[in-house]
Amino acid sequence: MIKDITLGQYYQTDSIIHRLDPRVKLVATVFFIISLFVVRGFTGFILAGLFLVFAIKLSKVPFKFMVRGMKAIIFLLLFAVVFNLFLTPGEPAVSFWKITITWEGIRLALTLTTRLIMLIMGSSVMTLTTTPNNLTDGMEKLMKPLGYIKVPVHEVVMMMSIALRFIPILFKETDKIMKAQIARGADFESGNLIKKAKSLVPLLVPLFISAFRRANDLAMAMEARCYRGGDHRTKMKPLVYKTRDRFAYLGMLIYLIITIFADRMIPL
Amino acid sequence: MLILDHLTHIYDHGTAMASTALDDISLVIPPGQFIGLIGHTGSGKSTLVQHLNGLLKPTSGNIYFNGADIHDDGYDKKHLRSKVGLVFQYPEHQLFEIDVFTDVCFGPKNLGLDKREIELRAYTALKQVGIDDEYFYQSPFELSGGQKRRVAIAGVLAMKPEILILDEPTAGLDPRGRDEILGQIALLKAETGITVILVSHSMEEVAKYVERIIVMNKNKIAYDDSPAKVFAEYKKLEEIGLSAPPMTYIMYALKEKGLAVDTKALTVETARDSILMALKIGNP
Repeated sequence: MIKDITLGQYYQTDSIIHRLDPRVKLVATVFFIISLFVVRGFTGFILAGLFLVFAIKLSKVPFKFMVRGMKAIIFLLLFAVVFNLFLTPGEPAVSFWKITITWEGIRLALTLTTRLIMLIMGSSVMTLTTTPNNLTDGMEKLMKPLGYIKVPVHEVVMMMSIALRFIPILFKETDKIMKAQIARGADFESGNLIKKAKSLVPLLVPLFISAFRRANDLAMAMEARCYRGGDHRTKMKPLVYKTRDRFAYLGMLIYLIITIFADRMIPL
Repeated sequence: MLILDHLTHIYDHGTAMASTALDDISLVIPPGQFIGLIGHTGSGKSTLVQHLNGLLKPTSGNIYFNGADIHDDGYDKKHLRSKVGLVFQYPEHQLFEIDVFTDVCFGPKNLGLDKREIELRAYTALKQVGIDDEYFYQSPFELSGGQKRRVAIAGVLAMKPEILILDEPTAGLDPRGRDEILGQIALLKAETGITVILVSHSMEEVAKYVERIIVMNKNKIAYDDSPAKVFAEYKKLEEIGLSAPPMTYIMYALKEKGLAVDTKALTVETARDSILMALKIGNP
């Protein structure tokens, strides 16, 4: 029922992107997102799109998966499009009754949706190709310098990794409770907004209880194994950069330079 | 009457992660039977029972309830779900109301019945699972594990199903809680005559109660027969990772050694009687 949300889910397969160091993927994703917001014209978006398609092809994750994640933000997209289309002042393109659509509005709506779609897809490539464990390992390493200014990096990262780990579990749980309540005649689909919100109570109460129960059990299990935070902890598989990681960094740098330059040189 | 006609279910159909959970299952479930559905973890039992009340849609094949295809357009699924009651594994995890009684009312309330009927049904259902009046206005979260589970079962019973399906109703309970639950279910079956399908991975657990055993292995039906006939295949059952009740082993071993005992005996009492009888005949 709620298998459609792909953000934060891992797609198991073997590809060059899967094998990259998580730090590379994190940094690349951050820079990719930055590039999306730095470019202004469509030259940049086309180049960014090509880069994204290239990365998706390399990752061997079916394109369908990326698109599925889009369903979650479809309302956000619609909102953005509608507001930008109708409420941007400028040179009118279409005008009927009291509504005017301006060229500026069309342009803004287009750039915004492209940005959002590519942003979600770009981060999906990272989350789909990196196990949550790997991802948080990478974050921990990248954020290590923050430790010098007394940021509890390890603890923060541990919390994030637990939260990530719980996403699929809670999805499964939601699915199960939903089914159990449907079996008792519950209806989650029909009715107006208030009725729908009310119908969520039989789902949310058990879900919260189970989340707390799981959190409690996990805390107990960690304490039973003498977990005491990040000091002096070593890794079984420490992260080490390999040649492919260096090439990936290089590739990313080249992409950034080309995209930003092309965007400024050839305005579209 | 529930009929499954060549049911196949494939999870994530059409993706790289596609996996067959049910492979060409055909079954007839006549009214009033007490059935044990047995199989290993991952054999497809839970997937199968979720088809019976229309929670999952088969990839191919049809399900008929009292003559109508449940996946026809316009078929009233809510009605179906009230007639085919499904109690999930760990059903106590679905409790949510402020007190036991209100929680049990949830099912009948969803059916749109009037208040008196709802309360009558909830009361009857709670009595059927052996919950005393003193617990009715307690929070369901304050009850013991076994009690919670019985309240959750009452929540399904209150819809007055014709078929009651229980997915591993004894999982995680101690032996006493297990016997209590199974005893209540057997009693309920005897009193109301509804169809009961008991899903389990333990032969021993269901052997005492059921009149028909369906064994699932690798997403297919391996056996579908009376308990005695299924247990007679105890050697083959072991190959698929299941086992017959311990008494069956003893009786077959005794018979092999030349004692004319009844291999159908499942409980200690019947086994004792059968052995004593065989000894008497052997040494008059």
